[in-house]
Amino acid sequence: MCNAIEGEMHNFQSNLLKHLKAISTAYVVLFIIGSVSLPAHSQDLDINLAQPLLKSEIHDIDITIFPDGKNLPVGQGSVIEGQLLYKNQCQMCHGENGIEGPAARLAGTDGWFSFSDPLRILRIEKYPVLLISVGSLWPYATSIFDYIRRAMPHYAPKSLSDNDSYALTAYILNLNDIVNDTYILDKDTILTIEMPAQKRSELDVQ
Amino acid sequence: MKRPLSAANASTKLSTRRGFLLKSMAVGAALPISALAPTQAAHAIGESFPDWMKTPGQAVNEYGSVARYEKHITRVKAQDTAQTQLFSVWHSPIQNQPSIITPNGLHFTVSHNGVPNIDPEQHFLKIHGLVDKPIKIDMNTLQRYPMVSPIHFLECAGNSASNAVSLSALDLSVQALTGQVSGAQYTGVPLKYLLKEAGVKTAGKWVIAEGADGGSHARSIPLSKLLDDAFIALYQNGERLRPEQGYPMRLLIPGWEGNANVKWLHRLEVTDKPAYTKDESGLYSDILASGKIKRFSFHMDVKSVITQPSGKMQLPAQKGFYEISGLAWSGYGKIKQVEVSIDEGKNWSIATLHGPVLSKSLTRFSIPWQWDGKERVILSRATDELGHVQPTRRQWREQYASYSFNHFNAIQAWAVNSQGTVENYYV
Ligand code: HEC
Repeated sequence: MCNAIEGEMHNFQSNLLKHLKAISTAYVVLFIIGSVSLPAHSQDLDINLAQPLLKSEIHDIDITIFPDGKNLPVGQGSVIEGQLLYKNQCQMCHGENGIEGPAARLAGTDGWFSFSDPLRILRIEKYPVLLISVGSLWPYATSIFDYIRRAMPHYAPKSLSDNDSYALTAYILNLNDIVNDTYILDKDTILTIEMPAQKRSELDVQ
Repeated sequence: MKRPLSAANASTKLSTRRGFLLKSMAVGAALPISALAPTQAAHAIGESFPDWMKTPGQAVNEYGSVARYEKHITRVKAQDTAQTQLFSVWHSPIQNQPSIITPNGLHFTVSHNGVPNIDPEQHFLKIHGLVDKPIKIDMNTLQRYPMVSPIHFLECAGNSASNAVSLSALDLSVQALTGQVSGAQYTGVPLKYLLKEAGVKTAGKWVIAEGADGGSHARSIPLSKLLDDAFIALYQNGERLRPEQGYPMRLLIPGWEGNANVKWLHRLEVTDKPAYTKDESGLYSDILASGKIKRFSFHMDVKSVITQPSGKMQLPAQKGFYEISGLAWSGYGKIKQVEVSIDEGKNWSIATLHGPVLSKSLTRFSIPWQWDGKERVILSRATDELGHVQPTRRQWREQYASYSFNHFNAIQAWAVNSQGTVENYYV
């Protein structure tokens, strides 16, 4: 009796196994047939070929400074310190007062005319880009810090320290009469600077 | 130059292409079949052939170059920018480009801090910021991603700047005036795949794209455009990007100002707001007539220019048949129509568009012209598929401060005097 039941059970099990085998073979066959047709191009493609970017790797390259102060480093620099750095490393391209060129004008109003610069039109004739200036068009002081630190002086970009960059930013603000001669710029005071261009801004993101 | 004579009496209708073809076919059919010249048995036939038909030709070089007689067709350095060796602007010879594709060596180029020499083995594209999974991809791996191959134009926002700000029309060539535009077929990886893999968080709205050049050139780009039709270009016209064009990879944002198509791309930071980088703070903004400053004006507007004939050219004969031809493009889509006038814009005729007419690509147009030898002012005016029409210089000027020079897309006029000299002209 028991044996009979066992025998039946055995039959049942081996039948089940056979069925399972058949089903799985069918699946394998289906799988092979299925993979013959390729997926269409779509944003849902599961590509996953990239490597993870580590926190330390991000830290090394994360140099963009945002108008809200994101990524500003600790450090500080004064107008006086900036003046000396400027004389030694910037003046030969940007001019004694930041307006003479040949490279981009750092101070003064935009346009053809200016009472404080009677030679403006002659300069512009030689270097048309001098029509505009950092002081007149740039809406945020954080952008000046960001650009000096990443790109200037032109012949040796990324050679300035954070303190140097604060000092040079302070000096450019001073050339534009935005801060006084004794001003010290750091990650907090830079956020209180109001650039004249800010209220002229009209965003146009189409 | 002086204002040309009035064209009131002259016929202002351009001959149609069909009319011209019929005429030339009739001439061809009328030619007599001439008798063959007798050969003299004692002479080698060589005498009647040029040298290159009597000597074996040269061997082929590993990397081909243009014919020696075409070597004078080159890029030319812009004269209207205070340039150093590092910040340099070179214009394409578009007067010699009867095609929507610019040869790679002639593509216009603007470098704000020189051309970096990047080792592709050490170059990675890094994506971080507001993403679930910050990633980096090396050049070999990037080649395994799906790629697209569209044809697009690139134009510097400052193209034609001297026509925008100069009070009188400067006597310059089309290359000097408007040579900061080129066309190419690019092959590269759509950004949607890469951004999907990194997993952009819902707060992500902008992407700061940065180059691996000395100045770490950076621009803030709306995420929506990157997910639309932007891609990382690896190839230009069938070969890897040239160093001046961003080797080993650049951002390609179809229809948007050249400066935003960040070359030598190495980093994409997803953020909720723009960074107001150097070029979006000053140099690449537009000053409106009201004194307001328009920022992030990315699109390059509909524009066309007649390249044959064009500034500084001398027409070879004082009258007779010429074909007026040029290039048109729009950052919004396809060119729908180009009209040409030979009487300072009083009458217009519709030019033939030579296909392919592609979205955000250069499109070549032409129209036959029987020049009667009288002084003429010739112009072209493009319309794109969205209905944008090229403005006159005056219409353009009215919107902007007198010293604003970016995004100048006004109608270009050329004055042809009775000697056949072609000069830049304002209408
Ligand atoms: C070798 C010449 C040179 C030197 C030296 C130099 N610059 Fe520049 N600077 C340039 C050029 C050229 C540009 C314009 C670059 C461009 O538009 O991409 C520029 C641009 C700038 C700008 C942005 C101007 C604008 O309107 O876009 C700032 C700010 C600036 N320089 C600050 C400095 C400071 C600070 C120093 C000294 C540490 C310095 N520069 C030294 C050549 C120089």
